[in-house]
This record gives sequence, C-alpha cells and structure tokens, in this order.
Amino acid sequence: MKLTVNGKTEEIDQVMTVLEYIRFKGIDPRTVVVQKNGEVIKRDHWEKEVVRENDRLEILRMVGGGSF
Amino acid sequence: MAGLSESQVERYSRQLILPEVGGKGQEKLLRGRVLVVGAGGLGSPAAYYLAAAGVGTIGLVDSDSVDLSNLQRQILHASEDVGRPKTESAAEKLRALNPDVTVNTYQTRLGVENVREIIKDYDIVVDAVDNFAARYLLNDACVMEGKPMVEAGVLRFDGLLMTILPGEGPCYRCAFPDPPPPGAVPSCQEAGVIGVAPGVMGVLQANEVIKLLLGVGRPLAGRILTFNALNCEFQEIEWKKNPDCPVCGDHPTIRELSEYHLACEVRGD
Repeated sequence: MKLTVNGKTEEIDQVMTVLEYIRFKGIDPRTVVVQKNGEVIKRDHWEKEVVRENDRLEILRMVGGGSF
Repeated sequence: MAGLSESQVERYSRQLILPEVGGKGQEKLLRGRVLVVGAGGLGSPAAYYLAAAGVGTIGLVDSDSVDLSNLQRQILHASEDVGRPKTESAAEKLRALNPDVTVNTYQTRLGVENVREIIKDYDIVVDAVDNFAARYLLNDACVMEGKPMVEAGVLRFDGLLMTILPGEGPCYRCAFPDPPPPGAVPSCQEAGVIGVAPGVMGVLQANEVIKLLLGVGRPLAGRILTFNALNCEFQEIEWKKNPDCPVCGDHPTIRELSEYHLACEVRGD
C-alpha cells in the first residue's frame, strides 16, 4: 500500500490505524500532531482512523527548544 | 532620502537599492519595534540580523546568564561574557553593530504577571524561548493582544518555524493544542542541538519580521516550515486555523493567561 508521508512516498504492507502507523515508525505518539489528506486528525481519533492507499500524512514533531 | 542621514544611506545601501525596501521601507524598519524573547540560540541570530537591518527598537527578554556551553550556538555571546547576564552581553553586541538601534533589556522571566505588559510596547514578537511553558504563554498572550508573533523551535538537527498573525491565521495551539507531557519531548540540554539549527531558524525568524515590517512578500502564516539539518531538507506543511482552538477559535475556552508548570522544563537548555 502506497502512502505519502511528509512529502515522501513509502510502502506499507498492512492496513493500520494512524496510531498503529505512528508506533510502527517508532515515534512517541505524545510528541507529534497529524494531518491526513490536509485535515488535522485529533489525537483521540488516531485509534479509529485507518490509513488507506494513497493517503497523504503529515506528521509534525514538537520541538520546544530555542536553546537559551 | 528624506529621513535618512548620510551614514545611514551608506550603511543600508545594499538594501536601499532593493525596490522592496527603498528609503520608505528603511524608515519603516527604523520605526519598527520588535521584542525578542530569549537571547540564546534562536534569539542571537534573529536579533543580530534585525539590528543589522536597522530595526530601530529591539527588546530583549532573558533571565539567564551566559554559560560556556551556550557559546557553541548563541553567537551574540563571547568567551569573556561567561557569567554575565545574557541581556547585557547581547545588548552590547547589538549596539556595537548598529548605533541606530535602541536596545531595551528585560532581565526577567516572562510570566503571567508581566508578559502582556511587556509585549504591548512592540509591533512584533519573536518567540525564541527554550521551553514549552513559555512558548504557550507567549502564544496565548500574543493572541490576546493581537500581536504578530514569529515562532521557532529547535531540537537536535531539527527546526520548526511559523508566523502567527492573530485573527488571520493559525496560532501555535491550532497546530499543537496542548504541550506534550513533561519529559516526552526532551530539551536541547538533554537531547542536544547542532548550532546551525537555531542559526538557520533564527535567521528565518528575522526574515519574517523584516517582511512584516516592510509589508512585502508572503508571510509564513497558515504554513509551517520544518528544517532538517542532517538531510538539508525543508518541508512546508499547510496548516489551517482551528475553529475549535482553545485560545483563538470561535469559542475560546482560554480567556485568561495561565502558565504550565512542566516539571522537566524548569531550567533552560
């Protein structure tokens, strides 16, 4: 199944929810926000929201440093 | 050029010949009042370029003193400044670079009690802080005061930039409604940061400010720019204003400032 994640195409071989995908990528779900096909997916919907063929995901990591 | 002295015409000559700047634009910059919150990794390059461009009034907020471990990235401070208040060290460099600039220093920690009062006097705020508590406080205060804010954050080899125009585009909470739980996102002190990451992002913050003051170009509003230094990649993500945003949405639930107390973020990076 083909996906575009942060502008790059990738293949995954099974159907996953947004939450499963984030965990699959080794990302701590508490540290990111997610858009799917241009719409923000709220955190409490990640468990239900399924990633489908040709979906466009943007996974934005929180970076809080400004290095005082 | 009406309001400019001979030495100013020479100092700013390379930007005066740009049609987007010119004498009128330079006067706008000289009248500009910009508050840089944090005189560290982001604030150093941001403030330095703003001073070089002739932004007439620059406010610097920082409660910290210069540490030897800051010098790898905080380019306004030098070895001999270790131990001095960052505001003092930074102000000295900015004044030496450009005597046209009035530098106001606030050697204090921004908090609920002083943030609105301090930002009120400025046209634009540059968020160059090092922790989420201050970031959310500043976002909420700027939304409440209707103050444009140029937001940036860095960690390791990554940077993030967005320009917040309250009422017109998304605010920080539209993208990140709540801070991450304490400890989930490490600080630069814990996880490290390559010096050029805040360098690149701080310069881009200055660029956003200069464009806003001049009223030229297209601000990075409704868009978030990410930078990865390892791969030298920039990515732009469109981000809409969230009608349910707790601070700038249609029915805001945050009407008064409050401060997050995030245990792992008491100290800066």
